[in-house]
Amino acid sequence: METNHPKYELRLYVAGKTAKSATAFANLKRYCEEYLKGQYVIEVIDLLVKPQLAEGDQIFAIPTLVRKVPEPIRKIIGDLSNEEKVLVGLDIRPVLKNV
Amino acid sequence: MTKEIKKEKKQAALKQLAKTPTGISGLDELTAGGIPAGRPTLICGEAGCGKTLFAIEFIVRGALEFNEPGVFVAFEEKADELTSNVASLGFDLDDLQKKKLLKIDYVHIDRSEIEETGEYDLDGLFIRIGHAIDSIGAKRIVLDTVENLFAGLSNQAILRAELRRLFQWLKNKGVTAVITGERGEGPGLTRQGLEEYVSDCVILLDHRVSEQISTRRLRVIKYRGSMHGTNEYPFMIDEDGISVLPVTALKLNKDASTERVPSGIPPLDRMLGGRGFYKGSSILVSGTAGTGKTSIASCFASETCKQGGRCLYFAFEESPKQIVRNMTSIDMDLQKFVDNGLLKFHASRPSLYGLEQHLVAMHKMIKQFKPRVVIFDPITNLITVGSVRDVKSMLTRLIDFLLDEQITVMFTALSLNTIVNEQTDEGVSSLVDTWIMVRDIEFNGERNRGLYIMKSRGMSHSNQVREFIITDKGIDLVDVYLGPQGVLTGSAREAQRLQELTNAVLHKNTLTMKDRELDRKRKVLQSKIAGLQSEFESAEEELNKMYTEEELVKKVSEENRLELLKRRSGE
Repeated sequence: METNHPKYELRLYVAGKTAKSATAFANLKRYCEEYLKGQYVIEVIDLLVKPQLAEGDQIFAIPTLVRKVPEPIRKIIGDLSNEEKVLVGLDIRPVLKNV
Repeated sequence: MTKEIKKEKKQAALKQLAKTPTGISGLDELTAGGIPAGRPTLICGEAGCGKTLFAIEFIVRGALEFNEPGVFVAFEEKADELTSNVASLGFDLDDLQKKKLLKIDYVHIDRSEIEETGEYDLDGLFIRIGHAIDSIGAKRIVLDTVENLFAGLSNQAILRAELRRLFQWLKNKGVTAVITGERGEGPGLTRQGLEEYVSDCVILLDHRVSEQISTRRLRVIKYRGSMHGTNEYPFMIDEDGISVLPVTALKLNKDASTERVPSGIPPLDRMLGGRGFYKGSSILVSGTAGTGKTSIASCFASETCKQGGRCLYFAFEESPKQIVRNMTSIDMDLQKFVDNGLLKFHASRPSLYGLEQHLVAMHKMIKQFKPRVVIFDPITNLITVGSVRDVKSMLTRLIDFLLDEQITVMFTALSLNTIVNEQTDEGVSSLVDTWIMVRDIEFNGERNRGLYIMKSRGMSHSNQVREFIITDKGIDLVDVYLGPQGVLTGSAREAQRLQELTNAVLHKNTLTMKDRELDRKRKVLQSKIAGLQSEFESAEEELNKMYTEEELVKKVSEENRLELLKRRSGE
C-alpha cells in the first residue's frame, strides 16, 4: 500500500450551491482538517450537473455524505451540523479532542 | 362565427378533466376514462391487496397499450425481484426497459447505514426521479411505497414537507402518478396519512375474508372533478392481471329482441307459443332433486350448438366429463360440440372463491368466449359461499350484463322444498323472463315428473302441466291425463290409455253386432213385404177376373138380345 493513499474517501452529494450544501461542505472540511489531516479526499458531486450518479450511491436526501473508503459504506444526511453524530457516522474517534 | 364555436369547444374541453386510461380492465369504465392525467392518485390498502400489482399494471399497460413510457420507483422491491414477481403475469419488464418504455429505479433506504444530522431535503430523490422521467420521456410514474421513507428517516417534519413538495412537483411535471400506501392500524387510509397530500384521486383496495373465502374489492373513495362509481367493486387478480367488474347497470334500457331461440325440446317450444324462448332472455329451470334440470339445460346447449351458436356451460356440481357421459344416456352427444369448440364447459366448485370473484371470472370468460347462450348449473350451490341476498345481487348483475350483451341465459336451481308458493329459488324468479318448473308428481306408488311454465314474459304460453319424460331417445313432453280421478301420469296414465283403447274396441264390436241385427230385421221385413205384395196381386187378379167375366157376360147377353130382337121383327 502506498503511503500517500488517503485513508478516507468521502463524497458529498449536493444539488446546486444551496445554503445547506455550503454549510455541509464547510462543516465537513472543518472536521476533516481537525481529525483526519492528510488522510482524506473529499469529492463533491453536484447532482444538478450529474443526475445519473444519484442512483449508484442510493442518494435521495440532499446533502448526503458518503464514506466510500474504508468499507463499509456509511451515509450521513443533513448539513452535518452535529459534530458528534458526524464523527460517529464516519467512525472517527475524536481521541485528540476529548482526552 | 367560427371563432365562437372554437371558443365554445375550448371551454367544453376545459370543463372536462383530462384522464389517463389505466388499461386495467373495468377500472376505466368505472372512472369514466381512467385516473386524472398529470396528477397523483393514491392507491391504498392492506398488505397483499394488490397495490404493487395495480401500480405495475398501470405502468406496463401504459407502455404497451397507450405508448406512454413510465417510471417505476420502487422503495420496497429491487428491480430484479419486481421483474420476476410480475413475470407470471406475462409482463416482461426487462424487455420494456430495453425498449426505453420503462425505467425501474430502486430506492434503497436502510436506517442502519444512515445517520442524520441537521437540515436536509429530498432533492436527491427529486433529481433521481426527474432524471428517470427525462431519460425515457415518461408520462407515468409509480412510487411504491413512498411511505418507506418514513421508516428510513426520522425527521418527520422534513419528510412531510418534502412529500408535499414532491407531489406538487410531479404535478408540475405533468406526469400521471400512482402512489401506493399501506393501510395502518389507525383510522386513516394510510399509515402516514398520505391521503392528505394526494387529494385528487384515492382508490382503496381491500381484501376481505368472509367464511374462509376471500374477496378482493376496489372502491374509488375520492375523485375530484369527476363522476365515478362509488360502490365497492370486486376485482380479481389472475394470469392477465387485475380485472375489475364495473357492472351494476342501473339503467333498464336494454334492447328487447323479438328473435326466438328454440329450447331443443320441440314440445316445450310448443308450450311457449310454438317458437321457444326470446333471444337475450333469462330462463330459470327449477325443480327438486333428480327432476332432469341438467338434461333440459344440456338439451338447450346442444340445440344451440346444432345451430352453430356458441354455448358456455358453467357447471358447479358435475365435471364436464360427467355431464358429457351422462347425456349420452339420453342420446345426446355433447362431446362433438366440445371438440368443434362450440361448447365450452367451465367447471368449478362454488367454494373455490367468493361470489364476487365468481362473477368477475364469469364476466371475463363470457367476454372472451362470446357465447350465444350461457348456462349455469345450478345456481343453488352458490348459496354456500354467500347469503341469499348476496347471491341475488350477484345474479342481478350477471343477468343485467348478459341481457346487455344479448346473450340468452339459462339457470337451473334446485328447490329444496316442494311447496310451490314458498319457492323463492334464490329470489331470482322475479328477475328471469321465463320460469320453467319441474316437479315430482307422486301417485300410484311411483314418481313422475311434471313440467310447468310458471311464467314466460311476453309470449302466450301453455298453462298445462306436461309430463316430462326422459328416455334413452331423449327428452319428451306428453300431455298428462286429466280425468275424474285427477291428474294421471306415468304408468297410471298408460293404464288409462290402454283402458280407453279396450273400451274403444269393445264399443266398436257392439256397434257391428247392432248393425247386423238391423240388417237381419230389415231382411225379414222385406220378405214380409214381398209376401203381402204377392197376396195383393192375386187378390187384384181375382177381382179383375170377375170383372172381365161380367163384362163378357154383359156383352154376350146384349148381342143375344139384339139377335132376338132382330128375329122377332121378322126379317
